[in-house]
Amino acid sequence: MILASERADTLNRAVSVRGRSLWEDARRRLFRNRAAVTGMVVLGLLVLAAIVGPWLSPFAYDQVDKADVWLPPLAQGHLMGSDALGRDLLTRLLVGLRVSLAIGFVATFVSLVIGVAWGAVAGYVGGKLDEAMMRFVDVLYSLPFIFFVILLMVTFGSNIVLIFVAIGAVEWLTMSRIVRGQTLTLKNKEFVEAARASGLGRGAIIARHIVPNLLGPVVVYVTLTIPAVILAESFLSFLGLGVQPPMASLGALIAGGASDMELAPWLLIFPSLVMVATLMCFNFIGDGLRDAIDPKDR
Amino acid sequence: MLRYIGRRLLVAIPTLFLVITAAFFMMRAAPGSPFDGDRKLLPEIEANVLAQYGMNKPVGQQYVDYLVRAAQGDLGPSLKYRDKTVLDILKENYRPSLTLGVLAIAIASVIGVSLGVLAALRQNRFTDNAVMTVAILGVCIPTFVTAPLLVLGIASKLGWLPTAGWNDGALPNLILPIVVLALPQIAIISRLTRAGMIEVLHSNYVRTARAKGLPEGLIVRKHALRAAILPLVSYLGPACAGLITGSLVVERIFNLPGLGKFFVISALQRDYTVVMGMVIFYAGLILVLNLVADLLYAVLDPRVRLA
Repeated sequence: MILASERADTLNRAVSVRGRSLWEDARRRLFRNRAAVTGMVVLGLLVLAAIVGPWLSPFAYDQVDKADVWLPPLAQGHLMGSDALGRDLLTRLLVGLRVSLAIGFVATFVSLVIGVAWGAVAGYVGGKLDEAMMRFVDVLYSLPFIFFVILLMVTFGSNIVLIFVAIGAVEWLTMSRIVRGQTLTLKNKEFVEAARASGLGRGAIIARHIVPNLLGPVVVYVTLTIPAVILAESFLSFLGLGVQPPMASLGALIAGGASDMELAPWLLIFPSLVMVATLMCFNFIGDGLRDAIDPKDR
Repeated sequence: MLRYIGRRLLVAIPTLFLVITAAFFMMRAAPGSPFDGDRKLLPEIEANVLAQYGMNKPVGQQYVDYLVRAAQGDLGPSLKYRDKTVLDILKENYRPSLTLGVLAIAIASVIGVSLGVLAALRQNRFTDNAVMTVAILGVCIPTFVTAPLLVLGIASKLGWLPTAGWNDGALPNLILPIVVLALPQIAIISRLTRAGMIEVLHSNYVRTARAKGLPEGLIVRKHALRAAILPLVSYLGPACAGLITGSLVVERIFNLPGLGKFFVISALQRDYTVVMGMVIFYAGLILVLNLVADLLYAVLDPRVRLA
């Protein structure tokens, strides 16, 4: 009896040791990476603060208070001080972070959709179409893109939707190259051949078999695109072409802080710190993901 | 080789054409005109001004006119700076941008390659970790953060360097802008060099060199470095684009009379011809640099055949 139950126990344990999938492996490696985990925790806190922070603040981000201008940090309930119009910096910073993160996520999503579709079709169809599509990417690559984004902002005025589109349209190029390269190696794999043999159409193969298998490198590149987009938006805002006052973004706040820094250095320092922290989180997570998903580089 | 250069230059023409077309119609689609001032011009005067610049014709006709003249090297007069042509403006303002860009990339290459090699040789040890931390910081701290902070700290509070201005390119005026421009480049270059170096140091011919008993210093300098800096050559084009982007910020913060500052101002003032001229100039620059990078790559790496 005892022996039998022991045997059953061993058997159970053997059954419970399941094979680990590649994704599970990757997740384990990711969670062992201290920098990446720190990045995820800090970023989580930043996102949470950006979402709920402005609601909890007693001030509105555009609330002008002529009596409370240029307050240093901690004065009269303004934890990070106030600016030339007496607006609470902490509230503006949280709203600005919210705007920057939103632009980061949405514009990256735009670039993701265009880049994956473009690269997967070019890589899978191949031949003349591939050559034409990739030549187009090459041409766009060699353009001074920042100038076109600037022209776009000047032409159509600065509204947030346009910022999404403009930046997203710039950032899809590298994505499409990565996806195409991956597709080229995937399309000769046995399972794709099996799908083709079973009569699945081209579109269905791309959607069902190619794209899901591209996920690894795409996820890595997405986490590295988000900070690039945030940077691009802030750059535009810094030049006065991005989000317009009284709306705030990290770049707009830094620009404002830079012009008032002699009088009120806190207006420059706090937004800069948040900006750098945000970018570092994304970069640590991206690097960690790359090491986890593609361990051959380690 | 010559055929390759010729073909690349031929491909560059449609690219430039695309650039000109896109920029031309985007500029014209922008609301407002270069002749909007504080005072509204009388209709007759405005008509005369427009006629003088050929802007009373249909846009399509203007576009064709512009292409024809641009192909002959004539970029037209500035619409805002009445006595100057676009070429004058380019000529008068390119010097600060060029000086800063070249010095920044040169300094960044020397420092970046040295740091990268050092990190690769001490892989996963203290030096390596220190260099890579600095590299991550360099990537994550944008120019529009470093520039004002450095001005505030070093120029304003400590008074060691001037806060702004060009001053005919005097060294003290150059230092901060160059540091700001070079920092992100140092970060990227050291990362690229480290990655290349680590890969090369594990290759067979380096092992052979070691087996022959060559001293490590010689292996690093003669055998490994040459292959390890290859990725840097392809980085030349993107680096240039990065410097141009950086120069927009740096020239604004340090109030330097360069092309970057001009571009944003001209775009906001709807100075069509100046904006077009600068777009063409920068697009040409990037095209040429990409070609140079590819040629250099082929020279340094005999495995690459240009066809």
